[in-house]
Amino acid sequence: MTGHVLVIEDEPNIIEAISFVLSRDGWRVDTHANGVDAVEKVREKSPDVLILDVMLPGKSGYDILRELREDDEFVALPVLMLTARGQNRDREMAERAGVSRFMTKPFSNAEVLEALHALKAT
Amino acid sequence: MARDTLTGSRIRERRIMRGVKQADLARQAGISASYLNLIEHNRRRIGGKLLLDIASILKVDPILLTQGAEATLIATLREAASAHATTEAELARVDEFAGRFPGWAQLLADSQGRIATLERTVETLTDRMTHDPHLATSLHEMLSTVTAIRSAASILAEPGEIDPDWQSRFHRNIYEDSARLAETSRGLVTYLESEGEAANETGAPQEEVDAVLEEVGHHVPQLETPEGDPEAVAVELGRALSGAAQDLLLAWLGRYAQDAQALPFERFAEEIQTSGPDAAQLAATLGASVTRVMRRLAAMPEEVLPDPVGLAICDASGVLTYRKPLPDFPMPRFGAACPLWPLYRALNRPMVILTQSIIQPGQTQALWAEALAEPIAPPAVNQDPLYEAHMLIRPGVPAAQASAAEVGVSCRICPRDPCPGRREPSILATA
Repeated sequence: MTGHVLVIEDEPNIIEAISFVLSRDGWRVDTHANGVDAVEKVREKSPDVLILDVMLPGKSGYDILRELREDDEFVALPVLMLTARGQNRDREMAERAGVSRFMTKPFSNAEVLEALHALKAT
Repeated sequence: MARDTLTGSRIRERRIMRGVKQADLARQAGISASYLNLIEHNRRRIGGKLLLDIASILKVDPILLTQGAEATLIATLREAASAHATTEAELARVDEFAGRFPGWAQLLADSQGRIATLERTVETLTDRMTHDPHLATSLHEMLSTVTAIRSAASILAEPGEIDPDWQSRFHRNIYEDSARLAETSRGLVTYLESEGEAANETGAPQEEVDAVLEEVGHHVPQLETPEGDPEAVAVELGRALSGAAQDLLLAWLGRYAQDAQALPFERFAEEIQTSGPDAAQLAATLGASVTRVMRRLAAMPEEVLPDPVGLAICDASGVLTYRKPLPDFPMPRFGAACPLWPLYRALNRPMVILTQSIIQPGQTQALWAEALAEPIAPPAVNQDPLYEAHMLIRPGVPAAQASAAEVGVSCRICPRDPCPGRREPSILATA
C-alpha cells in the first residue's frame, strides 16, 4: 500500500479515471464529490494526501483548505489542488490558503502520480 | 524658479515656435532688441500694454504668457513623475519645464493621460475576461472534460491488460465526454461570436454602440426626415451608454442623418424596387457615392429590403468600426476579422469596387460581397490619404459566379487550415 488518498472532485469521470490510476499504483482511494461537507469528510477519512478541486459545488477548494489549515490535525496535511484556472492570481490564492502543490487542468495521470509520490515523501 | 517669473521664457518659446526673429518682434513691439532679450531671459519684468502688444504680435492669449501652463498640466506632469519614480524627474523644476517647453510638456501630459486611459481599458478587459460568468463556466467545463478524456484515454493507451469492464467503462466515458466537449465548445463559440443578448453585456464603446444599432435594426426613423436631430436621437438612444460610446453613437447618427438627407428614404426605397440592392447601380442612378449607398442599404428596414444586407466598415488599420452581420455571415464581436474578406483587399486597391462571391465555414449559402475603400478626407498638399473601407454583403450571387471563395469570421473560430492569412491558432482546430 502506497498510502491513503482522498480525492475531492465533482467531475465523475475524472474521479473514476484518477481512482483507477491511483488504485493501480497501490493507493487506497476514497472519493467525495461536493464541497459542503468536504472538511467533515477529510476529518472522517484522515488521508495521507488530499487531492482537492477548486471549483466544487457548495464550497470552494480555497475555503475548504483554509478551514483545514486552521485545524492543528491538518496543518501539515499534503494537499494537491486541481484547477482549470492557472492564472497567477489563482496560484497566489491557493498558496495563501496553504496549498502544498498546485496543478492546472488538463493534467496527465503521470503528473498526478508524480505529485502524489513527492507529497507523500515530504 | 517660480512660475510667475517665467513670462519672458514663454515669450521666447512662443516667438521661436512662430519663427519670429527677436529683432523683428522687438521692432514691432516698439522696444529695442536688447531690452527684449533681457525680458526673454526673465531679467526684466513685463506687463501692461507691452505684454498685450507682444501677445497680439505672437497671436497668443496674454494669459498663456503670464500664467503659463495651466495648473492641470503641472499636476499631470507631477502625476507622471510619481508614476515613474525610478526615472527621477526634476520635480522641483516642473514649472520651469512647463513654461519653457509648453509643447513638450503638453505632449508628455497627454501621453500620461493616454497611458492612464489604456491601463483602465486593459483592466476592464481583463476583468471582463476573468469575471464573465458564462465564459469562466464554459472554459472550466471544457478543461475538466478534456482532463477526463485525457486521463481515460491515457489509461487505455498504456501497455498492459485492463479488465474488460473497466475498458468498456473508459470507452463509454470518453464517448460521453467528447460529446459534452463538442456541445460546450459549440455553445462557447456561439456565445463569443453571436450578436443579441450577449452584446448588451459588453464593455467596449464600439460594442455598446453595436448593441444599440442592433436593437433598432440599424434603422433610425427619427433621422429619415429633414428635421431629424442626431443629437436628440443620440440622447434618446444612448442614455445607458458610457461617455465614449455616446460620442461614437453621435458620430454615427450624424453620418446617418447626412446620408438620409442626400438619399431620402422614399426615393431610395423606390429605386431599390427598380434596381435591387446593387450598390454600384444605385450609386450611378442616384448620383451618390457607392459607400453612402452601402450605408443606406444597411439602414433599410425589412419592408424595403425583405432580404437584409450586411455591412462591415473598417478604418485604415483594419479595425471594424461598424458591423451589421447576417445570419449567414456572422462578424466578430471584438478583435480582428478574417483577413481574406474583400473588405481588406479593398484597402489595397482604393477607389476600385471589388466584388466576390464568398462563403463562411459551416454556412450553406454563398453571398455576394462588394467592397470599396475611399479616402476619408479631400486631397491635401503633400498628405497621403487615409482610407476607410466598406463591404456590403447580400444574397443574390450572380449566376455566372460558379464558385465562392472561402472566408472566415476570425482566426479564432475558423477551421480552415492551412490558411495564408492565419495569425493565431483556432480553438476549433481539433474539433
